[in-house]
Amino acid sequence: MSTKTPSKLEEILTAGHLAVTSECGPPRGSDPEDITKKAEMIRNHVDAINITDNQTSVTRLCSLAACVHLKMMGIEPTLQMVVRDRNRIALQSDILGAASFDIHNILCLSGDHQQFGDCPKGQNVFDIDSMQLIQTVRLMRDEGKFLGGDEIKRPPQMFVGAAANPFADPFEIRVPRLAKKIAAGVEFIQTQCIYNLDKFELWMKLACDRGLHEKVYILAGVTPFKSAGMAKYMKNRVPGMDVPDEVVKRMSGVPKEKQAEEGINICVESIQRLKEVEGVRGFHIMAIEWEEKVPEIVERSGLYPRPDIS
Amino acid sequence: MIVAEKKPIEEIIDQVKDFQKLLIAGCNECVTVCEAGGKKEVGILASALRMYFMNEGKKVEIDEVTLERQCDHEYLEEIRDRIDKYDAVLSLACGVGVQFMAEKYFSTPVFPGVNTCFMGAAEERGVWSERCQACGQCILGETAGICPISRCAKRLLNGPCGGSTKGKCEISKDLDCAWQLILDRLKELDRLDDYEKIMPIKDWSTERAGGPRKVVREDVRL
Amino acid sequence: MRLSYPGNIRIVRVPCTGKVDIIHILRALEKGADGVYVVGCLEGECRFSNGNLRARKRIEQAQHILDAIGIGGERAQMYNLSSADGPRFAEYAVEMTDKIKEMGPNPLKKAKEKMAA
Repeated sequence: MSTKTPSKLEEILTAGHLAVTSECGPPRGSDPEDITKKAEMIRNHVDAINITDNQTSVTRLCSLAACVHLKMMGIEPTLQMVVRDRNRIALQSDILGAASFDIHNILCLSGDHQQFGDCPKGQNVFDIDSMQLIQTVRLMRDEGKFLGGDEIKRPPQMFVGAAANPFADPFEIRVPRLAKKIAAGVEFIQTQCIYNLDKFELWMKLACDRGLHEKVYILAGVTPFKSAGMAKYMKNRVPGMDVPDEVVKRMSGVPKEKQAEEGINICVESIQRLKEVEGVRGFHIMAIEWEEKVPEIVERSGLYPRPDIS
Repeated sequence: MIVAEKKPIEEIIDQVKDFQKLLIAGCNECVTVCEAGGKKEVGILASALRMYFMNEGKKVEIDEVTLERQCDHEYLEEIRDRIDKYDAVLSLACGVGVQFMAEKYFSTPVFPGVNTCFMGAAEERGVWSERCQACGQCILGETAGICPISRCAKRLLNGPCGGSTKGKCEISKDLDCAWQLILDRLKELDRLDDYEKIMPIKDWSTERAGGPRKVVREDVRL
Repeated sequence: MRLSYPGNIRIVRVPCTGKVDIIHILRALEKGADGVYVVGCLEGECRFSNGNLRARKRIEQAQHILDAIGIGGERAQMYNLSSADGPRFAEYAVEMTDKIKEMGPNPLKKAKEKMAA
């Protein structure tokens, strides 16, 4: 396969390497160091870094500006974009803005409902949905056109990604939904955090049965638990998250001071197992406010050093 | 129907406390059915306000009327001969009725006695829920008769999102995931394959986004 | 049974407490009653299945309104008893009368007098 964009992530995947991505949440303030420090910790261990877009609807420094900071550091960013806060004018405008800084990866998302965040009384937009955002970026890139039909001078060159949650309900449409995203034009997928490996493997198998793994690069999402409390919280409070009881038990089974280490162990073991799953083309390591642990996870999982592609 | 809820009496008192002659106007249509602004609610509110003002030592005259509809000229005209007797009207109709009253009786202050909530159905006694947001271009034929615009918290045309859990919406365990309902019904209708058709980007110009809307029917105009 | 109960109570008969509406409670107080109470059948024993439960809900709504307008929600009450239970009827009458005596007369009476003066 040849690449369609200058994206390093695309190149690594096309070359057949297991890709490693991670993510950083921008700060609730304007200090660029909050991003650059996190990025510095992990830059040598990942191929690209996602910058979240006001995740859980909590107002933060914008994803685009944070991506520009990464770009200035010579790190490849993935711009996360939710359709919750912007209409089609603003979405297209921000895509062009990102393209003007040669940001080459985009992740198209719906976004959590604003009631989870710091502005539950605010409006939401949802002018288009995540499926349609994928189509929009592809239209802008491949046909060099705006949604309105006008031509774009210097169209964006973006490798188009989306999320997939194999654990959300109803399960039976999880694979059809992936197929739908592929039909919309998605090129890579980062999945929801995987704790229920059996269920993930089933999803992956059903996807492979339809040949979907050959049409899209699937990066398996993992998040290390910092504590048993976090495991319980993720299990009970985070919508669309599937944390099996035995994982919670395993975390609770070790003394508090050893829980963080156990969380990393579980994460590394998961990656080891997922590496063997057909269709898994890389990993997306979401170490929430725990970026310093990413290098250790990558190294212990045998994913280091990262391929040198320039 | 249009579903409305009574405003708290404290808020109503605050709106009308400076007037001496009040007309409380109910509406016989939707707000009667959802028990927010019909003849019964007019009577209760009038009695409560009379007692409140009397207790405060204020002389306030309160009259009651319930019109067949407040969104039609002919019924609103019924109070034209006496509207000048009042300092203000407290309308228990939906936002449409309150405004039509204000337009018609230009020099009379009009206040709303209800909060207009949505277009919905009576699920059971005492429970109403939203079914339509009047987007102006109905897609129910494609979504198995269940509207993702009014019933999905994110208005997703290609749902469900990743937050759908056990058939419920991520924002509330009491709220059905609209896309789960759509899928259930597609399955029932043996149309599950339709799920993979991507719904195109919607033209919202017929919705609120396009500005205040108007339907003009030359075929029925006089 | 020659039970005695306070003579200041005026009884309004209804076929079922389900007939009683909020407006009836409010009107009684508006006209000067010091308190209004509804005596229904025992819960679960309504001949019309839930008339007494509806009545209770309406009393609660009336109480809410009466509190909001400064008359006092306590002036409206709901009681339940078996139709064969005369002593209980007298007991509730005494209880309600005591409660209202404690609260004092309907404030509207005083307000009306003041306005007339």
